Amino acid sequence: MSGDIKAVGKPSTAEPSALCGVRMHINGHLVETEVESRLLLSDFLRSRAGLSGTHIGCEQGVCGACTVLLDGAAVRSCLMLAVQADGCAIRTVEGLAGDELSGVQRAFHEKHGMQCGFCTPGFLMTVTALAERTERPCAAEVADHLAGNLCRCTGYRNIRAAVSAALDERFGLEGA
Amino acid sequence: MKPPPFDYALAESVEDAVRLLADTEREAKVLAGGQSLIPMLNMRLARPAVLVDITRIEDLRAIRVEHGHLHIGAGMRQSTVLSTPEARQGWPLLTAAIEHIGHPQIRNRGTVCGSLVHHDPAAELPAVAVALDARMTAAGPRGTRTIAAEDFFVGMFQTALEPDELLTEVVFPPLAGEGYAFEEIQRTHGDFATVGVAVHLSKPARIVFCGVGSTPVRVTSPEELDPHGDVHASAAYRRDAAKALLERAMEKAAKR
Repeated sequence: MSGDIKAVGKPSTAEPSALCGVRMHINGHLVETEVESRLLLSDFLRSRAGLSGTHIGCEQGVCGACTVLLDGAAVRSCLMLAVQADGCAIRTVEGLAGDELSGVQRAFHEKHGMQCGFCTPGFLMTVTALAERTERPCAAEVADHLAGNLCRCTGYRNIRAAVSAALDERFGLEGA
Repeated sequence: MKPPPFDYALAESVEDAVRLLADTEREAKVLAGGQSLIPMLNMRLARPAVLVDITRIEDLRAIRVEHGHLHIGAGMRQSTVLSTPEARQGWPLLTAAIEHIGHPQIRNRGTVCGSLVHHDPAAELPAVAVALDARMTAAGPRGTRTIAAEDFFVGMFQTALEPDELLTEVVFPPLAGEGYAFEEIQRTHGDFATVGVAVHLSKPARIVFCGVGSTPVRVTSPEELDPHGDVHASAAYRRDAAKALLERAMEKAAKR
């Protein structure tokens, strides 16, 4: 999806600029606009793209509330410039549900894997990346991924139950 | 907080990047993974006039084995190195250390070369580079040069690179399957290392600590260490931790 997108509005001689054109797909929709160089991807998604589901907790890369999928990989949108996402495909929490909640969302709902909900979008994106693997990731890898998302409310118990349920549903119980 | 204003340039080639870095009128910094630089911008600890993004330079987006040496280009993400079979099999100390870097979400963007150039004294990769006798290739207006790892890490957040030089790749020499281990102690999973050690059972054995000084510290015995104390840990704690980590690492390395 991302390979054939060419940048627009970018100087062809790579000269430094405070304003840059960007062209990216967000939740399947093409977005083409101009951004200040210093605009973080997290702020671009929230205020320019109107997708406020991506939350900002620390702006240091520690908490994971800003996690989005960039070309399928979980990344911290607060540690990316919007301009760096040029030509990429981004998925945010708003893009998970179709006519129904995604399997991961449903698991978090059924296992009540949230309280205030602030960390939840970040967790959903991290877990979606895991659930979209071809093979079930091992427990150590799941734990490693989840360590990158902090929750201040739940104590993680229901979150872990939701993650197990989501992966069980996707992969079956083998390798659990 | 938000980053201060800067101009952004997407370098299309190494020559492009070098030209932009050589501009003496405006301070330029290299942007690769951004996992260290962007937090600094967000906290306004750095205020470069220009950021030179090197991640779309095709020449730098390579990882390859050539004459038995592992070449990792400056554009290679840490997670990509982890999932490269030749790297895991041939240089397991390197991949073991990368697994300690932050979280997968960080490693999906962060680069191996970026971690080396940023040279946080608590970082894992500089210690591994010294333990494995890596060579750094730097490109600049005066040409290309090679810097040995033992000469590369000069001080806290400082390397032997000139401000107008770009690290284009790191090269690890071939290994003979010797025992290895990387051990680290940190407050929480994925946190910065309080103390870490890379052990490579070459002859003689290479033992290199991170987090105990302003650069990686190579020793023959932990008694040689003179760690600093700071808000994260006292000098005494670091000394004790270093001894314990080395014991663990030597035990693991001997079994491999």
